[in-house]
Amino acid sequence: MNATALIAEDEPLLAAHLKAELLRLWPGLSIVATVGNGDAAVTQACALRPQILFLDIRMPGMSGLEAAHALAEDWPEGEPFPLVVFVTAHDEYAIEAFERAAVDYVLKPATPERLAQTCARLQATLRQRSQAASEPGAALDQALAQLRSLLTHVPGGAPQEAPPRLSVIQAGVGAAIHMVKVDEVLYFEAADKYVRLVTPEREHLIRISLRELLPQLDPQRFWQIHRGTVVRADAVATAVRDEAGKLTLTLRGHPDKLAVSRLYTHLFKAM
Amino acid sequence: MTPITQPVRTRRFLRNALIVAAFNTVIGVGLALRNGNAVNQMVYSQAIGLSIWACVDLGRLLFKRDPKSDWPLGWRRWFLLGVGIPLGYAIGVVIGDAYCGCSQWEQVSNSPRQLAAYLFLAVAASGGISYFFYAGVRRQTLEQLVATAQRDAAENQLKLLASQLEPHMLFNTLANLRVLIGLDAPRAQLMLDHLVAYLRATLSASRNMLHPLADEMARIDDYLALMKIRMGERLQVQVQMPAELRELAVPTLVLQPLVENAIKHGLEPHLEGGQLDVRAEHQGADLVLSVRDTGVGLSGVANDGTHFGVAQVRERLATLYGEAASFTLNSPDDGAGGTLATVRIPLNRTH
Repeated sequence: MNATALIAEDEPLLAAHLKAELLRLWPGLSIVATVGNGDAAVTQACALRPQILFLDIRMPGMSGLEAAHALAEDWPEGEPFPLVVFVTAHDEYAIEAFERAAVDYVLKPATPERLAQTCARLQATLRQRSQAASEPGAALDQALAQLRSLLTHVPGGAPQEAPPRLSVIQAGVGAAIHMVKVDEVLYFEAADKYVRLVTPEREHLIRISLRELLPQLDPQRFWQIHRGTVVRADAVATAVRDEAGKLTLTLRGHPDKLAVSRLYTHLFKAM
Repeated sequence: MTPITQPVRTRRFLRNALIVAAFNTVIGVGLALRNGNAVNQMVYSQAIGLSIWACVDLGRLLFKRDPKSDWPLGWRRWFLLGVGIPLGYAIGVVIGDAYCGCSQWEQVSNSPRQLAAYLFLAVAASGGISYFFYAGVRRQTLEQLVATAQRDAAENQLKLLASQLEPHMLFNTLANLRVLIGLDAPRAQLMLDHLVAYLRATLSASRNMLHPLADEMARIDDYLALMKIRMGERLQVQVQMPAELRELAVPTLVLQPLVENAIKHGLEPHLEGGQLDVRAEHQGADLVLSVRDTGVGLSGVANDGTHFGVAQVRERLATLYGEAASFTLNSPDDGAGGTLATVRIPLNRTH
């Protein structure tokens, strides 16, 4: 059976070995790219559209989980979403989440027997898919459901400690520090290594990544609606779906409109 | 440290009262042998002794106390004794007088020498007993403190081990080793040798406080050799140690955690990887050890400076050299980015 795959693994020896082992076990597989970090995995996967992704969890830049998250949001509608296999050396918290989400994973160092099992499972799933080829959306739906389960249990792919909740955010404005009440924030938006924080009056840039900020916010009140956006739920006025199925939020007392990624549309449904 | 609880305090009071009563009996017997009239002497002795005890030992509770000894702080301690002893003495005399229907005041006011003798006896006895009680509590508290410190030390040791034998590092290294065995057996052997040396050093490091700089560098070489295989081209390493510094004594594992931090938090998360420089230099009266990486830098690391490894290095330097050694962690402004960790140890202490 022929198939295409991408390998994302930052340790060169392990990447080369995984590739060699996979080709030995599955001669019909062609490895379309081997990349060393999560960011490259996203760009290459979008460009080459492989059927299978092998993603290492801990990589420089985006982690394997974050790369999967980004791909699920950006993957073009109507294209079958790749099957994802996570590869990890020792991330017990993640393994539990993988089990729960029914996602395949391989532990390093991987034995040939274990890899053969993974290959057999992948082939079976691909065969199923080709029989139900009329519905490529189903693959994406399944991938989204798995990712949702993963993300609620391992946000950002890091072990979860419970940091104290923020009530005030200290934002630098020139020489002054503005004390912004968290209750007044309409939404947070990731901007490279910063987070843009928007209140009804003004906006600030704070030096923290959204990944670090998120655990410090009350998840009941602040909802992630995109990998780069977190909105205060009671600041949302309406959620409107357009003809293409895209969900957009309007806010109370602010003209900005926020896009909800397909991973989070399930948060907004009529009671 | 556990604060002194109310039941413990009540038990202590009762015990103290018993000790005081026993002591009073000894004084009473002594006075009776000297002056006769045994019953009256015993009543005075108990009344005065227990009143002084009540004034001082219960009086303590009116003041803000030192948690170590449960006694008032500073001048309050002397104020308590200065007021408590005469007051207790007076109350005791009144009680004694009431019992035997006489007035001791009258008797002793005729003989100032005897008054002075009684007062001296009261002050000496109360002072002695107070000190005895004070020292007892203090000793107990200090013993508790030592026990806590020992437990903390053991806990730190465990944490240090866990931070070094991080399973993620271990399994990734083993995964690489497994690949190398099939690919390049001699190189696999070399890697295994480095891993064994690294594990042996890490597991036995706690036993010695100091070792030669050359040993510390050898340990770092083992770790870096493993990381070079794992990270490949992404890790460039340079180690500089002038031959004349090889034998200088340095604290065990003083550089190792800094090198591991530079890789784990600096270079490993950096997309392009980077350069790691480990350097030992002789600067004036100091031995300067530095670890420089060109990784993501301190701003990219959550809660910089509070990492366990860094805290550990700081603490060990303070224990061994006090103010004479220093540790700094900063972001160099030469444009190459990353982090620079510097340890300064006085040379006259390194032989």
